[in-house]
Amino acid sequence: MMTTTKQAPSTQVYRVYIKAAPQKIWDAITDPEWNSRYGYGGRGIYELKPKGRFVTYTSEEMKQGAKAQGYEVPDIAVDGEVLESDPPKKLVVTWRMLMDPGMAAEGFTRLTYEITELPKEGEGPAVSRLTVVHELESAPSLAHMVAGGMEDVGAGGGWNWILSDLKSLLETGKIMAAA
Amino acid sequence: MADDDRVFKALGDPTRRFLLDELFKRDGRTLTELESELEMTRFGVMKHLRILEDAGLVVTRRSGREKLHFLNPVPIRLIHDRWIDKYTERQVSALADLKNQLEKAG
Repeated sequence: MMTTTKQAPSTQVYRVYIKAAPQKIWDAITDPEWNSRYGYGGRGIYELKPKGRFVTYTSEEMKQGAKAQGYEVPDIAVDGEVLESDPPKKLVVTWRMLMDPGMAAEGFTRLTYEITELPKEGEGPAVSRLTVVHELESAPSLAHMVAGGMEDVGAGGGWNWILSDLKSLLETGKIMAAA
Repeated sequence: MADDDRVFKALGDPTRRFLLDELFKRDGRTLTELESELEMTRFGVMKHLRILEDAGLVVTRRSGREKLHFLNPVPIRLIHDRWIDKYTERQVSALADLKNQLEKAG
């Protein structure tokens, strides 16, 4: 049984196979029309060039949820800087969580998305491999959250949950909550 | 082999479950570190890690000259969503039905 005292690792790696072409997955990550439709549902805006800005806005749902718990959240949930953008294969950004003051104080972490198309088997659909690497040195609270350690208290299931939702959206057109 | 089959097959072995538990305790380990936890040849450990990697349960990354092994929880999540939720939901609704019936009878 997992206990809350277990320290989440400082680098976390997640991988999911999705029946979709790399461009579809790239769009699902970088296009706000797509990235607001799964996971936490915040609109993510990327300036896709080195030193470009990256922000994810707090969704209405996140605001309502926080209000119900008796606190206010800022309009920007996550911010950072684009370090590398190689569409539709690789995106590296710095990543800081602003919704919680403690996590905001932990500063910027580093997030890498890698998308690789797998060789096709016959006439089947395109299959891509999405790998997410989150380097969380000196950000133990955030590491705990993105590892899904706060799912039971309503903070979502972290990357595991986001990526399962993304797979569900791209393969079935529906997110898990609506399935 | 379908993705689910690979995951179930990979989980159906005590050594491989032990390796996953070790990575859960501390992630991002080298073959040498993992090997030291087991009474097994290096080749044997490599074979088990290969099966875990094929199932997507372990992902390797290079860090300098080292190859690190990371636990990837996503396939287990997907199996959970696909199989476990379905059956636990039914149990919960069966209990809800029982509660309704008992309350009606009372």
